[in-house]
Amino acid sequence: MSKRHLLALFSNFDEAELVVQELRTTKIDGFNVNDDMVVKSAIEHPEVEEFLGEKPVYVQWFTLFGATMGGLLGFFLISGAQANFYAQLKGGKPIVPLPPNFVLTYEMFILGGVFITVLGFLICAGLPARRSPLYSANVSEDQIGILVKSDEIATDKLKEIFSKHQALEIQEEAGK
Amino acid sequence: MKDIREDIAWAKINQDVLKSLENPRKLYWWILFGAIAMLGIAVGCEVYQYNVGMGVANMDNPHMWGLYIATFIFWIGMSHSGTLLSAILHLMHADWRKPIYRFAEAMTTFSLLTAGLFVAVHIGRVWQIYYALPYPNDRGLWPNFQSPLLWDAMAIFTYLSSSILFLYVGMIPDLAICRDRIHAGWRKKLYTLLALGWEGTDRQWRNFRVTYLTIACFLIPLAVSVHSIVASDFGMSQAPGWHVTSFPPYFVAGALYSGCAAIITLFIILRYVFRFEEYMTLPILKKIVRLTFAIAMVWTYLNAVEFASVWYSHDEASKDVLIQKASGTYAPFWWAMIFCGSVVPLVLAFKRFQTNIPVLFAVSLLLNLGMWLERWMIVAPTFSHGIYPWAWDHDQWPSFVQWGMVFGSFGWFTLLFMVFCKVFPSVSMYEVKEMVYHRSLHLKKGKADEQGAH
Repeated sequence: MSKRHLLALFSNFDEAELVVQELRTTKIDGFNVNDDMVVKSAIEHPEVEEFLGEKPVYVQWFTLFGATMGGLLGFFLISGAQANFYAQLKGGKPIVPLPPNFVLTYEMFILGGVFITVLGFLICAGLPARRSPLYSANVSEDQIGILVKSDEIATDKLKEIFSKHQALEIQEEAGK
Repeated sequence: MKDIREDIAWAKINQDVLKSLENPRKLYWWILFGAIAMLGIAVGCEVYQYNVGMGVANMDNPHMWGLYIATFIFWIGMSHSGTLLSAILHLMHADWRKPIYRFAEAMTTFSLLTAGLFVAVHIGRVWQIYYALPYPNDRGLWPNFQSPLLWDAMAIFTYLSSSILFLYVGMIPDLAICRDRIHAGWRKKLYTLLALGWEGTDRQWRNFRVTYLTIACFLIPLAVSVHSIVASDFGMSQAPGWHVTSFPPYFVAGALYSGCAAIITLFIILRYVFRFEEYMTLPILKKIVRLTFAIAMVWTYLNAVEFASVWYSHDEASKDVLIQKASGTYAPFWWAMIFCGSVVPLVLAFKRFQTNIPVLFAVSLLLNLGMWLERWMIVAPTFSHGIYPWAWDHDQWPSFVQWGMVFGSFGWFTLLFMVFCKVFPSVSMYEVKEMVYHRSLHLKKGKADEQGAH
């Protein structure tokens, strides 16, 4: 069955929250509230997490990996280069001196952490992304958008809920 | 007094900031023209030095760093303001930073780019800058990884690339606004490309928040390490006047100080040029002024610690350098540094001057003059009066080529900064909206509590 997209715009968060709550509590055939709903907003609202429920963020695992790999890479790169001097006399000084190597290891730790965090952000946030099937520039200004994907049989019910909560505009487009 | 009005419409915030990208006051073009002229002088000096050699810079032995490295430290220091406003104040939930942190972050990036130029310029043979890269030469020898100079190169590269990423990531939601609101043309194409398809979905915001916080957490120790390592360039040598334990915190405090002073200068300029009076408000300026005053006092204290530890030590060579600074050829500049860095900021303690724009503009320029003199007074007197007698009384007055390069570096920085502010939003629209939103929620809650009490 073909999927259809609907985008409803609201002027404030209170209305959007009520819509989400109703979508959660109402049983609608052909619509899965957990997988088929996206809330769009102009700012980061902590309330969104409250009414959508907590969803996991995995960026920090990328950070851990990047920082660890950066630090290790830094240390072994420097130590490997210094080990080239193995055959030379060092006058009793260590071939791989740890205290000064710590500085560059630290810098590489941070460099790896930052680079891979940004990479993780792009992957986890799904960026770069193509435009959604429905988009309104008003979302980046001051309105709240609720984008839903459903089977054709569910669209009338969804529209009814949006209208009940004073949606400013409802956009509709056939999905693929 | 409110930091910002809570009844500003969100659409107006977009409109005002986007207007700054198209329609600044005339002064903008004068500043841009001035910056290009200043840069032209520096380019002329560099071309002359490139063709004739380092002699025209009046460099000699022992004065092989001169104004170039002094100015390099100055620009590195300037970069710390962005980290302070974006990262430290972000972690402390200081909401007032929101309208001003974007330009401070841009300052960080462009200061580092300016500082990097001086490294290239001071080696004279600029075409051999690649020697600074850590790779083995044809005899299999690697650079000395135990040298603070190499640490410095690595630290600055890390700081620059992390700062650019931090600036860019924080700007993505605003780039999406620009993409949605700007008419077709090269700008729209640029914003569409850079916005990466951002739509403000809950998934994007969730990951954005964690990413921004994580990079902020990385940037704070990084910023401290960068200036500590610059301090190690001096502190780890045995040269008198440099071998001081308190140098790293002294450098970090100096960096924050000059950065804050520069923020005041640019705050005043941007507020007027881009008509940001509603966002860069006087209460916010007052907070920066107070912060600057506090850091000025920390810097003054660390100066006193440095003088006392040299004076009461048994290191006669270091003591001689200190006496030379206060009474020798460089004395007028050294005393000017003390005056500008420790006496002038006392003006900021007076309430009536904390929002007086002409006074603050003049004071911020004097503070930065003091901080630039500080860097020169770290570099030059030690070269003039080193440990070995042959180096004594080698006072050096920089040639016009050196002065031209220093002058031009301000033009280069201003040019980059002003072009950035014209192409990208220098006030964070989404964060100002957040600020307005939270303020209005807070007021609503206050009113509701009041009604409940009655």
